[in-house]
Amino acid sequence: MYTWKDYVGYDRLPHIWCSGCGNGIIFNALGQALEKMQLPLEKVVIVSGSGCFAKIVNYPGVNTVKMLHGRVLSGATGIAMANPELTVFALMGDGDGTTIGGNHLIHAARRNINVTAILGNNYNYGMTGGQYSGTTPEGSITATSRYGLVEDGFDACKLVEAAGASYVARTTAYDVLELQKMIIEATEKPGFAFIDVLAACPTHYGRLNKMGTPAEQMLKIKEGTVPVAKAAKMSPEELKGKLLTGKLVDRNDREDYAVLYAKMAKEARGE
Amino acid sequence: MSDKVMFMQGNEAIVRGAIAAGANFYAGYPITPSSEIAEKASELLPLCGGVYMQMEDELSSMTAVEGSTLAGARSFTATSGLGFSMMQEHIGHAVMCEVPCVIVDVQRGGPATGLATKPAQGDVMQARWGTNSDHSIITLAPASVEECYELAIKAFHLAYRFRTPVIILSDASVAHMVENVRLRTPKPEELPASRDPQCDPSEYLPHRFDPDHPATLAAFGSKYIYHMVSSTHDETGLAKTTPDVSDRLVHYLWDKIENHAEEIAYTKEYEMEDAEIVLISFGCSARSARGAMEKLRAQGVKAGVLQLQTIWPFPVKAVQKALAQAKLAVVPELNLGQLYSEVQRYNVEGRKVISVTKVRGELITPDEIIKAIEEVK
Amino acid sequence: MKATITINQKLCKSCGICVAFCPKKVLGLQPGKKAEVVDPEACIACRMCQLRCPDFAIEVIKNV
Repeated sequence: MYTWKDYVGYDRLPHIWCSGCGNGIIFNALGQALEKMQLPLEKVVIVSGSGCFAKIVNYPGVNTVKMLHGRVLSGATGIAMANPELTVFALMGDGDGTTIGGNHLIHAARRNINVTAILGNNYNYGMTGGQYSGTTPEGSITATSRYGLVEDGFDACKLVEAAGASYVARTTAYDVLELQKMIIEATEKPGFAFIDVLAACPTHYGRLNKMGTPAEQMLKIKEGTVPVAKAAKMSPEELKGKLLTGKLVDRNDREDYAVLYAKMAKEARGE
Repeated sequence: MSDKVMFMQGNEAIVRGAIAAGANFYAGYPITPSSEIAEKASELLPLCGGVYMQMEDELSSMTAVEGSTLAGARSFTATSGLGFSMMQEHIGHAVMCEVPCVIVDVQRGGPATGLATKPAQGDVMQARWGTNSDHSIITLAPASVEECYELAIKAFHLAYRFRTPVIILSDASVAHMVENVRLRTPKPEELPASRDPQCDPSEYLPHRFDPDHPATLAAFGSKYIYHMVSSTHDETGLAKTTPDVSDRLVHYLWDKIENHAEEIAYTKEYEMEDAEIVLISFGCSARSARGAMEKLRAQGVKAGVLQLQTIWPFPVKAVQKALAQAKLAVVPELNLGQLYSEVQRYNVEGRKVISVTKVRGELITPDEIIKAIEEVK
Repeated sequence: MKATITINQKLCKSCGICVAFCPKKVLGLQPGKKAEVVDPEACIACRMCQLRCPDFAIEVIKNV
C-alpha cells in the first residue's frame, strides 16, 4: 500500500516553489490521485521540461526525467512507445506545454499517444521572471508587457480537442477534488489525455496584475471560468472571455497509438 | 548463421547495422539525403518487434530517441546538416544525462538549405561542438557501404560503453553509393552493454563519476527507479548545482571519452609502410585520397592514406605517427579545412601539411589532390 | 474533535490559502508566522486545507 508521501517523495520536500504557488497544489492533487490508483512506483514516469513546474522532477518517488524546454511530450512519446506498460505523466507549464512545445502538443494529441498531460497553466513564465506566454490573456501586465499585452492567449483545450485527444478537461487549482478525479480519469483513459489546470503565480502574474493574496488569485481565476454544463445554457455574450471547465472531451472512437502500431506491426509480420 | 552478402545503399546498411546491434527504436524526421534511413527503419523495425516514429521535427525526434532509451529501447535517428543543428539541442541533453543513442548525420552542402542532394563534409565541427558548453562526444565516419554497416554496430557499442550519444558522420555520396556488404552477426562482446545494474534497487544510482566505468543505465519500468535531470546533478540524477558538483560533472563528461581516445580511435591505413606523402582523410574524401594514392604509386611516388573512421575524439596518435613519417601531408575534405585545422593542432614537429578543399557539392577528384601536391613540390 | 490537524512548520510557507478557504475558520495565520490551528473543535475533517496546501504542510487525520 503506497501513500501520497511515497509518490510525491515527501522526504525531499520542501519544494522550490514560492508561497501560494499553484504548482504545489497540482502536485498535491497528483499525489492524492496516485494514492487512490495505487500504481506501482516503478511503473510510473513523470516527464517535465523547463520552468517552475518542471522542477517537480526533483521530488517524486517514481521515475522522473527532465527534458529540455518544450520537449516534454516528445520525450513522453518515446517513453510511452518504448514501454507501453508504463504510466507516463507529462507535467508542463504553459511555456513547455503550449508555447515552445506547442507543436508537440498538437502531434501528441493527433497521434493519441498514451500519455497523461497536465498543464500547470499560470499565464506566464515564472522561472525567468514573469514574462508572457502563449496562454497569457490580452491586456495582461507581465515582465515583457509592461503596458498591457497586445497578443491574446489561446484555449489549449480547444487545440488539443481539434487535434484528436481522447480526453480533455479543465479545472482550476481551487477545485482540487475535481482535479484529483480528472487525473484519475485521464490516467485510466487510453490515448492522449490532457488536463488544463488554471493556477496562480502569486510572485509574478498575480502581483503584476494586482490580483491580491494567493487565495484571492485562486478565486479570481475561478471566476473567469464556467462549468461546461452551465455554459450550455449561456449566450455567447455571457461566455465572452470565459474558459469552460469540466470534462470537455471523452472519446472512445480511436485506440491509442501504441495499440494501433502493435496491430500494424503484427500484420506486417504476417502473424 | 552464415553471413549474407547484399548489394545496397550506405543508408540502408546503417539501418541494418543498427538492427544487428540490437536497435529497436527509431524516431526521426525525413531530410535529404538521409531519408532512406527513415524509410528502411520504418520498413524493417516493425518486422523485428521495434518501433519507427516519424516525429514532427528534429527537436522532438531527438527527445523521443532519448525517452525511448530511458524506457529500455536501443534507439537511433538520422538527419542531415540543418536537421542536425536542431538535434544539437537534445544531443546536449543526452550528453548531460548520459543517455546512449546513435545519431546519423548524412552531410550535404550548406550552410542552411544549401545543396540538398550533394555531398559535403562541413559538419565536422558541428558534430564536435554543435551543442552548448564543454563536453566530449564520439563521432565515426564511414567511407563505404560496408563501413556504414560496421560503424553502426560500433556506434551502438560505444554509446553504451561510454553512456553517450554517438554520431555517425556520413555524407550524401557514401549514403547513396551502392556496394556489397557482408551482413554479419556481431559477436556478443561487440553488442551494447546490458541495462541490468545487478545491484539492489535501493542502492542504484544512475550516474557514477568514474571516467573508466560509467554507471549502467537501468530502464524505466524495471525494478530500478531513478531520476534523470538535465540540470547539473550528482550521482542520484537529481539537480545539485554547487561549484564542486558542476566541476566534477563537466570534467567527468569530458574525461570519460577523452581519456579513452585510443580505445575509440578507429583508423585504416593504405600503403602507409613506406609512405612519404601521407593523405589524411575521412568519408567520401578518403576514397578520393585512395584514388590519388593509386595514381601516385603508379608514378612511383610513395603515397599512403590514413583514413580516420573516428573523427572525435581525434585520433591524435595515429595522426602524429603519420605526420612523423611524412615529407608532405595532405588533408582532402569537402569543407574549408575543418579536419586540416585539427591535424595542424597536433602537428607539433611542424611537418608540411596542405589542405585540399572543395565546397561545390562535387567530390574531390584524385587529379585535384595530385595537382595540389605538385603545386607545393 | 473530529480530526487531528498537523502543520509541518518546516514545509509551511505562510501563503494563507488554508486559512482563507477553511469553511469553519479552524486555521489562523499571524503576520510573519506559519499557519496554526486556532479552533480545533470546529474542524469537520473535510481535508480541504490539506488538499489545497501547495506545500504538503498540513495533514488532517480523522479521529475514529
